[in-house]
Amino acid sequence: MKKDTILRVENVGIRFRMANQKVDSLKDYVIKMAKRELRYREFWALKDITFQLKAGERLGILGLNGAGKSTLLKIIAGVLKPSEGSVQLNGKIVPLLELGAGFDGQYTGAENIFLYGAMLGYSKAFLKEKFDEIVEFSELGDFINVPLKNYSSGMKARLGFSIATIVEPEILILDEVLSVGDAKFKKKSEKKIKDMFDKGITVLFVSHSIGQVRSLCDKAIILEKGRLIAQGDVETVTAIYEENINKIT
Amino acid sequence: MKESKMKAFIENFKKYRFLLAELTKKDVKLKYRNSVLGFVWTLLEPLLTMIVLTIVFGTIMNRKTEHYSVYILTGRLLYSYFSTGTKQALRSIRRNAGMIRKVYVPKYMYPLAASMSSFTTFLFSLVVLVIVAGVQGMRPTIYLFGAVVPLVNAFVMVTAIGFLLATLDVFFRDLEYIWNVVTMMIMYMSAIFYEADALLDSAYGFLIRYNPLYALITNFRNAVYGRPLEGFYLVYPLVFSVITLVVAVWFFNKKQDRFVLYI
Repeated sequence: MKKDTILRVENVGIRFRMANQKVDSLKDYVIKMAKRELRYREFWALKDITFQLKAGERLGILGLNGAGKSTLLKIIAGVLKPSEGSVQLNGKIVPLLELGAGFDGQYTGAENIFLYGAMLGYSKAFLKEKFDEIVEFSELGDFINVPLKNYSSGMKARLGFSIATIVEPEILILDEVLSVGDAKFKKKSEKKIKDMFDKGITVLFVSHSIGQVRSLCDKAIILEKGRLIAQGDVETVTAIYEENINKIT
Repeated sequence: MKESKMKAFIENFKKYRFLLAELTKKDVKLKYRNSVLGFVWTLLEPLLTMIVLTIVFGTIMNRKTEHYSVYILTGRLLYSYFSTGTKQALRSIRRNAGMIRKVYVPKYMYPLAASMSSFTTFLFSLVVLVIVAGVQGMRPTIYLFGAVVPLVNAFVMVTAIGFLLATLDVFFRDLEYIWNVVTMMIMYMSAIFYEADALLDSAYGFLIRYNPLYALITNFRNAVYGRPLEGFYLVYPLVFSVITLVVAVWFFNKKQDRFVLYI
């Protein structure tokens, strides 16, 4: 791998198996097996996806609903394993996808900082050191010692964002532009992301808005029904995408 | 190739070992957070069952087992660890479905943490045994150190079975109900409130002799009662647990990439 290539996605494909009827109990399984009714339909949610990113490049991922954008992000984040091909990463990745997915409602905010931080792979010492900073950024104040089930959804999102962005990642994954919390916090979180951008971080950005992709990214790809149909610099690719959409409508 | 895989595995484990501690702690902490008696409940529950069983079988049925309440308690504590430990591990993957679908975490963390947290609770509950045995006038002997063997073995066994069940549970949702019945069957095959001697000589003796949990309970009792461990009951469950663990880890490893598609 060349030194400045930070992400390499090579021939990635993923196959999903859809049962015609859902079989999820031993009883059903035995009955269906005996009647020889266990049939599956397979389909490729992604196929032959190949692209590379160099450090500091910002990639916009375009595509209609169901094109495979989220699946691709999940593969890169390591949640899904591709059926074929490989993903090589060269740095710390922070997926700002589902903020607070590991939160526990009965735990207080403070306990959740350690739980969620551990889930993102941070060490105990690191979290202890950054604890105050996280609490401060989240603006939760005394609420940090209250069980999370009493939080509003905005408060949860604020805490999740504050924990996830406490590291300085090399690669940031964004699904749509984040809107976290109220107007004030939104501004603050946007500024934090923008600061990361300015530091020359590598970004993967999924959006439906061509305008946002143009303003944030310098490269782009288009996915259509799980295939990569175009890649290149952002102007060319967004132009193709616009053309495609106009063709459909 | 194999060596580098092993190395990557160890590196990954090191990175996430804090998570393992956090998940284990969470289970133990939350178990008692919302109950008034809190931690006391861990001790009270086996104590109350012991009293009931002692009255029913000891007084009414007039059993003559030496220190009958200690006899019951040793069996009952190990059994309830086995049963809750395997059940928690069984549910661990599906219970954490929300996280598995969204964040990358080595998946074996979930059943392992479930097994570790129930083992921790179990160790706490042994306090009851110490108290009851003390009240009964039993004094520890040098053989008590032998108890470490069945206890550690129990942890390996529960973990192994837990991994197997957790994997299967992803694909077969009714496993939970089947396992409830199986554990009940195992309870009656473990000689918790009766002495197995008469049964061991009968035609159905093998049901008890080859029940690894019975073997662990027997040697645990030996250690508590101040007797040496019995060879067969030491080796058999150990071999059983190690083989099960190897199979379970292989099976889990083979299937884990598909979990996310089914949960």
